[in-house]
Amino acid sequence: MPLDAAGPERTWYEIVRDVLKQQKVSLVTYVPDNVLRPLIELIESDPFFTAFVTTREEEALGIVAGAWMGGVHGIVLMQTSGFATLPNAIASLAVPFQIPVLLMVSERGTLGEFNIGQALVARTMRPMLDSLAMEHHTLSRLDEVEFIVDRSIRQAVATQAPVTFILSPLLTGGKVFQK
Amino acid sequence: MALAPNQPLHREQAKIMNRFDITKRMVARLRHDEAVIGGIGYSNFDLWAAGRRPQNFYMLGSMGLAVPIALGVAIAQPQRQVIALEGDGSILMQLGCLSTVAHRAQKNLTIVILDNGTYQITGGQKAASEMGADLIAIARGAGIKQSAWAADESALEEMIDVALREDGPWLIGCRIDTGKPVDTTERDPARIRDQFMRGLGVRG
Repeated sequence: MPLDAAGPERTWYEIVRDVLKQQKVSLVTYVPDNVLRPLIELIESDPFFTAFVTTREEEALGIVAGAWMGGVHGIVLMQTSGFATLPNAIASLAVPFQIPVLLMVSERGTLGEFNIGQALVARTMRPMLDSLAMEHHTLSRLDEVEFIVDRSIRQAVATQAPVTFILSPLLTGGKVFQK
Repeated sequence: MALAPNQPLHREQAKIMNRFDITKRMVARLRHDEAVIGGIGYSNFDLWAAGRRPQNFYMLGSMGLAVPIALGVAIAQPQRQVIALEGDGSILMQLGCLSTVAHRAQKNLTIVILDNGTYQITGGQKAASEMGADLIAIARGAGIKQSAWAADESALEEMIDVALREDGPWLIGCRIDTGKPVDTTERDPARIRDQFMRGLGVRG
């Protein structure tokens, strides 16, 4: 839906859900995260999707990789610290086997982080993505979400390569420290 | 699985079998283009040696992900039976996936664990499975109730037949020896993936 259309503006998670449906990405595996919660809730309440929790991000990626080979496209939802567990699975499964897994990462560790561990591990994410030569985009503006996600899913399928979407606190509001 | 007399309660009671021999026996039971996901190392080397089925996927690297990959295939193709062939060291690395398989209650999935109690490919270092960890007890505890050790070769064949016929998920434990694999899987991931997808009818 164009932004000038009538009706209330869609949230980032409504846009992501809509694009996933348009692109027939019907399998969603995730390790829970507070920022992702509204997206997870939308997806789990929509019968179009098969969505379920896994115990680790690697496991979630393996399931989506297997489903792609069986003819179903999927996406893995996680937070920054979870992404840090994935380089081996990306480098030995998704990239060399040419499987267009989609990864969506809720970005912790920046713009008001309160947990030093999150702040440290977050700095490994983009260097890791770059060293794997893996396509990645940071979503920070609502008006860009649809274009970036839609085009990148098409590119992932066409080029048989994985892609990572990073959800910036600029877009989502992030997780705020509360005593 | 109703526990038959040929399914021992404890690992120590199961016969130590040969990996290549039981892999061949398992493949010989497949009649309906079942998908088989071979975990890293010797598990998939002997699957490769047992015959080039287009419905076989040979994992290279990503240790521990044979079961998750098999679960993904099973979700995508609910009409097809899917088997994950995984070593004891590998499954110990990703035990959480057993609880995921259990809560998904994936009917068309069978997990076969090849347990020789060692990390054989890296020099035979002992694994936890040789030091008291019983993978069948772990699987049952994770929620895969239909988990059992195969007493011997004929029990394994019987269990495979039941698993392919009746609703899963199933998990079959096989104690194996430390025999060398018969061949080495060709290391061409893009080709392996493409042939597998054609074997599953996703690409024509």
